[in-house]
Amino acid sequence: MAGVTAVELSCAELPVREVNAALRGLPDGSVVRIAEPRGRHNLAVGLTGRLDITIAGNAGYYVAGLCDGPDVTVEGFVGWSVGENLMSGTVRVHGNASECAGASARGGLIVIDGDASSRAGISLKGGAIAIAGDTGHMSGFMAQAGIILIGGDAADSLGDSLYEAVIYVGGKIRSLGADARVEELGTDDVRRVRELVLAAGFGHVSAEDVTKVASAKNLYNFDALKDQKY
Amino acid sequence: MCGIAGLQLKNPGLYPRLGELVVPMLDVLASRGPDSTGVAVYRHDVPPGEQKYSLCAPTPGYDWAGYVSALEAAAGVVPVEFRPQGRDGVIVTSIGPERGPELLAGIDPSVRLFGYGTAIEVYKDVGPAAEVCARYGVEGMGGYQAIGHTRMATESAVTTEHSHPFAVSPDLALVHNGSFSNYASVRRRLAANGVRFDTDNDSEVAARYIAREMAAGADLTDALRGVMKVFDGFFTLLVAAEQSLAIVRDSFACKPMVVAETADYVAVASEYVALADLPGVDKADVFEPMPEEIYTWQA
Repeated sequence: MAGVTAVELSCAELPVREVNAALRGLPDGSVVRIAEPRGRHNLAVGLTGRLDITIAGNAGYYVAGLCDGPDVTVEGFVGWSVGENLMSGTVRVHGNASECAGASARGGLIVIDGDASSRAGISLKGGAIAIAGDTGHMSGFMAQAGIILIGGDAADSLGDSLYEAVIYVGGKIRSLGADARVEELGTDDVRRVRELVLAAGFGHVSAEDVTKVASAKNLYNFDALKDQKY
Repeated sequence: MCGIAGLQLKNPGLYPRLGELVVPMLDVLASRGPDSTGVAVYRHDVPPGEQKYSLCAPTPGYDWAGYVSALEAAAGVVPVEFRPQGRDGVIVTSIGPERGPELLAGIDPSVRLFGYGTAIEVYKDVGPAAEVCARYGVEGMGGYQAIGHTRMATESAVTTEHSHPFAVSPDLALVHNGSFSNYASVRRRLAANGVRFDTDNDSEVAARYIAREMAAGADLTDALRGVMKVFDGFFTLLVAAEQSLAIVRDSFACKPMVVAETADYVAVASEYVALADLPGVDKADVFEPMPEEIYTWQA
């Protein structure tokens, strides 16, 4: 492709700091492959360029965290907090993800093709997280804005203390967290889920058949008289 | 923070390489725990009816020959083999586990028993992983299973005795990432029932609890279920028995763990980065174990 720089960086040769410095120096439109990631933490973090980055294997914590622009694909498993505080761009994980996937992300799209672990989408502030498989407990905890789509099952305390974020679940929900409730699926919901399913490429999720979880908003205001004993 | 790692080999072709595979795992995890390092290696290398006792010398250059002679005299004419490993060593003998620990303590109470059983050997000391493993030649050890620990102490002192693994009953070893908050209460209850402790470490209490449950007939899974009921605090535990490896995490699951399984082995570690050197791990099924679920693998 004209104007496209193809670059290969290897974690077997470079420390993470140098890999990230090299990524920051690349012009928009560059196509980069990071070879032998070897589970290293903090790969491809804090990038603002329009880069197309492929991490060729299993990676560690905070992959693509704090990014504002690039499209990052991980051909394997990721450790804790993939795409933490993502601003824009996409992160796609072909394997499973550990805890806190997409924690505090403000925008962009995070797609997990496998399962996510506990606390997926904790404190989400915008954007979307799409998980093909199951999620662990406390997913969506205190999520403030954005969408979480869980193609499989959700473990305990889903959506505990939710604010304005909305969670859609294709499978079963083991239990809801405090102040989370199941709501009826509206036409707008179906449209949003359909768009997300399309973007994520989830053939197994039917937008009409998901369960919607949102905040019951009972925790929004402090009730001074609650549990008043005298 | 601490690092924990375990490897159970399914492919006997890899048995001779156990130490060579485990040492780099612990070396990487030294960043999570540089204070002390320990490893329990499992290998069947003694005749049926014989036991291995892993002993730690009170001082460098300890008179092991004298210790062995005294043991032979005390036990009656029992041939005792001594296998030196660094400053410490393993005694191989037919003295059974029911009277071995007491008999050994009677020979010289300053020699510490770090583990015993038909397969287990325990090596642990103060220092980062690469150093401690080199001290005992762990890299050259074969076997079918190992668990290890790199310690960043929070609950008790940094000494050889306070290092993990805690191996307090035959072929059972435990390593712990986290901290128990109610261990003093559990310890008092166990002590009131006659359980004795070597240290004031919180993880030793869990090891003693599991050992006691299993001595009373529980299997490893039952005992770990008991741990979840009885112990409060943060824990990701990795426990090995002669024929099995098990992990369990508390309900918060804030202490990490990654599992990688292939046709040749199951490997677990605090962080995937510790597994990155294992053969074929890029094709492994890699996942994070769920909280309050007990995962076991049979050797």
